[in-house]
Amino acid sequence: MHESRADLFQRLKRRHEFWLASVIAILVIFLSVATQGFLTLQNFFDLLTSYAFLGILAAGLLVVLISGGIDISFTATASIAQYITMLLANKYGLDWFSVFALAILVGVLLGAINAILIDRLQISSIIVSIATLNIFYGLLVFVTGGKYIYSLPSWFGKGIYWFEYVDADEISYGLNLQILALLVMFTITWLLLNRTNIGRQIYALGGNREAAQRLGFNVFRLNILVYCYMGLTAGVASLIQAQLAQSVAPTVLVGKELDVLAAVVLGGASLAGGVGTVLGTVLGLALLAIMQNGLILIGVSSYWSQFFVGLVILLSVSATALSARRKRKGNLVE
Amino acid sequence: MATFLDLKNISKRFGGVQALTDVDLSLEAGEVHCLVGENGSGKSTLIKIISGVQPPEAGGTITIEGRSYTQLNPVESTRAGIQVIYQDLSLFPNLTVAENIAVGQHLGGFRSVDWTTIRKIAEAAMARINVYFDLDAKVEDLSIANRQLVAICRAMAADAKLVIMDEPTASLTRHEVDALLSLVRELKKKNICIVFVSHRLDEVLEVAERVTVLRDGKKVGTYDAKDVNDKKLAVLMTGKEFSYDLKETDLKSRKTVLSVKNLSRKGDFKNISFDLREGEILGITGLLGSGRTELALSLFGMNPPDEGEITLNDKPLALKSNREAIDNGIAYVSEDRLTLGLVLEQPIAANATVTILDKLKGAMGLIPLNAREATVDRWVKDLSIKVSNTANPVKTLSGGNQQRVVLAKWMATTPRVLILDSPTVGVDILAKDGIYEIVRGLAQKGVAVIMISDEIPEVLYHSHRILVMRNGRLTGEFEPHRSSEDQLRIAVNA
Repeated sequence: MHESRADLFQRLKRRHEFWLASVIAILVIFLSVATQGFLTLQNFFDLLTSYAFLGILAAGLLVVLISGGIDISFTATASIAQYITMLLANKYGLDWFSVFALAILVGVLLGAINAILIDRLQISSIIVSIATLNIFYGLLVFVTGGKYIYSLPSWFGKGIYWFEYVDADEISYGLNLQILALLVMFTITWLLLNRTNIGRQIYALGGNREAAQRLGFNVFRLNILVYCYMGLTAGVASLIQAQLAQSVAPTVLVGKELDVLAAVVLGGASLAGGVGTVLGTVLGLALLAIMQNGLILIGVSSYWSQFFVGLVILLSVSATALSARRKRKGNLVE
Repeated sequence: MATFLDLKNISKRFGGVQALTDVDLSLEAGEVHCLVGENGSGKSTLIKIISGVQPPEAGGTITIEGRSYTQLNPVESTRAGIQVIYQDLSLFPNLTVAENIAVGQHLGGFRSVDWTTIRKIAEAAMARINVYFDLDAKVEDLSIANRQLVAICRAMAADAKLVIMDEPTASLTRHEVDALLSLVRELKKKNICIVFVSHRLDEVLEVAERVTVLRDGKKVGTYDAKDVNDKKLAVLMTGKEFSYDLKETDLKSRKTVLSVKNLSRKGDFKNISFDLREGEILGITGLLGSGRTELALSLFGMNPPDEGEITLNDKPLALKSNREAIDNGIAYVSEDRLTLGLVLEQPIAANATVTILDKLKGAMGLIPLNAREATVDRWVKDLSIKVSNTANPVKTLSGGNQQRVVLAKWMATTPRVLILDSPTVGVDILAKDGIYEIVRGLAQKGVAVIMISDEIPEVLYHSHRILVMRNGRLTGEFEPHRSSEDQLRIAVNA
């Protein structure tokens, strides 16, 4: 069937992503006019690099939210993965492959603990992950005494740079470790959710848990997969953050979990499960990043940043709720 | 006709409870079979055994198209062509029509999704029953009736030879029920066996060929549908005879309690006028969306009318809230007792007295527990609510007893006008009868009752007078003793 342009627009209008993209476009145009430094290649790459950590975690959290669960313990997971990996890398002189393997392993194991508690004891995921956040973080701070690791292996400190390009002002950009990891994790998440039957099972589970069980989906296995995937993203994110910060601090990551949640929720994922897309999450993250960056560029005190983030979340969620209500009313009239 | 499924000596125990005892059941290909019984009669257990969710006790056999099993698992059952459409439909509201229909494709271990195949399967399934939906529409955007069609498509996609439908008509309007029944006739032509599990007996008897009645886990018998009617089935299901009819009473001499004149509310109802007398049970019937519930809410102060007058005991009444309605002696028992009428986790006693906390309130605004207990005990006795302890949460009670607690809660306010909205939805025949008895008793004590229901027999046999509502207007008034179920049905659906 041929779809007319008007139909396409009607369809687009109903998508959360369409509105997000529109808001972002307006924001980008405004900031490009209002500030000097916003619309530059350098700022673009800087933003990607510094928001890669939140973005990778957002990809993991998206999968958890779609399945109908929630996890807020991932920052503690990332801190532990980072600490153990860098400690061992310093001691045994590991390589790129083994540090990532190790960080992912730690992340997956801690994710499995969450999954087992949530599935076997049938406790709500928010309670479990609040508890494990505190347990993981408490143990880490106790064992390490809160000590920073300042000296990282030199190969790790140098990082990875592909397609490096230096412009006239001798500023270099390129595909660095952070951007690469961000792209890879978003791609994998998209493939998992849209191109594999397990991804569709995760959507189904979040949409109607009982029906999923009746159909014969293995809910325990799905939970394991979802929370371990969250752990995997925490492992990856922890390393690229350590590389960027050039140090490992056990206390700096915990507290960022709500920023990640904000990006995913802005992106249209529902805490009730079953709803959310990778594109939405990318846009949610972009909105968060552009907003925070833009506020700094136009000279608003960074103390206001959180205020505006909160305001935008509230507006976004209200708009979604209002349109859902209108849709329900529309259905009644039919 | 060939036998598709043959059950022999099927029994099932859960702990000390004998859920099924030596049940035999045979289903023919291309047959529409009705399975009826009260709650707890073993209907759901029998379905679970057929769908492989529960194994039967040793000694029983299940024969599907000549192949015998001692028990089934869900995969074997599905492979044999057995599909159950549960009352909640088991659909995924967040997924598209195509994916819901072909969701079986997602089963199994890790692999990539073939979206082209999924769309093809969905299209083929829809073609089999001659329906068409936008493959990319989300199921949450469809009406309940269309969702049901999607669920049936899903059964088609799984190559169903036996489709068991659990309470398929419960949330459908009359027109939708008709459409469903004609679809069932189509499936029958394709040699598919359909089993209806239902308590809306009048509807399913229109298409069923045979009816099997279960009572207390035993099969009472299988009957030709043309040999039974809903009254006879009610007797078979409960083992009891019911005196349906309310005695014809002359209420003309009674005092008018509530008088409604030209009441209108935009989009809900228009020009509604009627009088309600002391001790009268007034039945109001109409389709879902005919404005019956909206009218009730207006009388209860929760849906202020735009025009017209309400007079209570000769005094004009302009209700601004339900609080005022309660203070004026109007009580409303909502349609959806689970979400609106009861706090399920809270004790029975707290639920029954929540409407009269102001009256019970003693010194310093605290509730004296002995006063509360006295009130609760009185209503538990008066309404014969079966409870072991009034401190238990309401959710521990059966549907019938829960409904009694809701009644108790409103009776405690000593209302002069009691509005009941679908008072027996989801309640057994026996428990229904108990509720009718209570309502009759209240009417005898002088309470004026409005009973709203879309079940025609309910209003016909249990009211003194019946009003029919259609598209927001009162379109007919009937006297039960001079009217038949068919007359009313025509008036409601006209």
